[in-house]
Amino acid sequence: MITESDIEHIAELADIGILKDEVPEFTTQFNAILDYFEVLDTVTGEGAPAAGITNVFREDEPRSCLTQEAAIANAGSTENGFIKAPRVM
Amino acid sequence: MAGTLDFSPDDRYNAFITTCRQAPFSDGALAGTAVAVKDNISTAGIRTTCASRILESYVPPYDAYVVGLLRKAGAAIVGKTNMDEFGMGTTTETSAFGPTRNPADPSRVPGGSSGGSAAAVAADLVPMALGTDTGGSIRCPAAFCGIVGLKPTYGRVSRYGLVAYANSLEQIGPMTRTVEDASRLMSVIAKYDPRDSTMLDRPYDHRPSADIAGLRIGIPEEYFGEGVDPRVAETVRNAIAVLEGLGAETVTVSIPGMRHALAAYYVICTSEASSNLARFDGVRYGPAVDTRKTWHEAYQDLREEKFGTEVRRRVMLGTFALSAGYAGRYYAKAQVARRNIMQDFERALRDADIIAGPTMPTVAFRLGEKTDPLSMYLSDILTVPANLAGIPAISVPCGRIDGLPVGLQLMGRQFEDERVVDAAYAYEQEVRA
Repeated sequence: MITESDIEHIAELADIGILKDEVPEFTTQFNAILDYFEVLDTVTGEGAPAAGITNVFREDEPRSCLTQEAAIANAGSTENGFIKAPRVM
Repeated sequence: MAGTLDFSPDDRYNAFITTCRQAPFSDGALAGTAVAVKDNISTAGIRTTCASRILESYVPPYDAYVVGLLRKAGAAIVGKTNMDEFGMGTTTETSAFGPTRNPADPSRVPGGSSGGSAAAVAADLVPMALGTDTGGSIRCPAAFCGIVGLKPTYGRVSRYGLVAYANSLEQIGPMTRTVEDASRLMSVIAKYDPRDSTMLDRPYDHRPSADIAGLRIGIPEEYFGEGVDPRVAETVRNAIAVLEGLGAETVTVSIPGMRHALAAYYVICTSEASSNLARFDGVRYGPAVDTRKTWHEAYQDLREEKFGTEVRRRVMLGTFALSAGYAGRYYAKAQVARRNIMQDFERALRDADIIAGPTMPTVAFRLGEKTDPLSMYLSDILTVPANLAGIPAISVPCGRIDGLPVGLQLMGRQFEDERVVDAAYAYEQEVRA
């Protein structure tokens, strides 16, 4: 059973804003969905690694890429060729 | 042959988010053919919104690999189609640009999440479109709108430039009016791209054949059981009888893992989404964030404002399913369930060459009919297994109920997309004759 304060905590973990008046509805919907997920408790067996395929690696060598201008073109706020972000501390 | 295609459609069904009125094209296999592209596939210089406010003015600096292949084949890219926000939905109603309507009945949804692509093709605005399919998002709207939609084998079409929702499940694929066109478009887009490390070098280059004599069609009882509208089941059984009339034989098969499929799918896709959508922070792509706020505050405020409710619900569900103390119960179990389903299909596809069933359990819903998220999720039950197993699956129109289209779904072994295309082609040629 998920409570309203659990929902607020999950929203915080997910960095997804949630409005106070959305919390009760999200809580009800979460509980209905998690009730349905309980069927997974009856799963048996072990996950086996995929066979017949291998990881794809390459040498870490520089390749052609976007220009700095193109790379920051979609950023909402920039300064002197850099992206401006909110403060972390 | 090269030039510019004038494209000013009467978009009464709201199929497009962006249209390109002057679409350049060149020589090649698709020379001058108008192709619509779902709005989660990157197009250089053409905005790509994922039907979300958070990417409302995002203009990709590069083309997705499939878009480059379309251009090289001479296609005219005429617009970007409407969809559920980030592909999260079964109706195209979660789009921030308003719902798309179903050309077969405008009071109904076109299905989703590639509803705009399906409506554009069904309304004859374009002959071909690209969609993406994470848990049925090509096949569902194809079925609801009465067109053909192919979800390729996982790893057959490059996802480079596709805005990721759930990487381990999704594929780009063709949506067209005929099976032959689906096969033509697939031949253009299914080419090896080393930039998608989940790809295998298994290009598709195939002309469909209607000769299906001796083909063994597996009929899983799970696809005709509880929750499936009996009229849909009957329509699909009649379609299978047409294939039998062409020399195919049917065998009963079973996919016992189906009972876990939907829960496993939603745990996996929301978990992957919670990680993938973390990049939408309003800093690198989005509208500007308020840099006076702290990081978390700015981030949370922006995401609350710019993401729709279903996107936030899924990101939160995934965050929860991966969180300390719950990951073992949800994510780990879902992976085991996925492996079991994969093995169920491998077993069934030893006794049969393809598997047939309905694409969707019902015909298209009315706009606004599904308000509860869980009941919406449940309608994906017949499409998600192919994504979990990574196998190819096609939906081909097989009749109507009260004027609303029904889709026949044909699934095959991994990398045997050609075989499901041939079976769909045989059916289509027979009923058109």
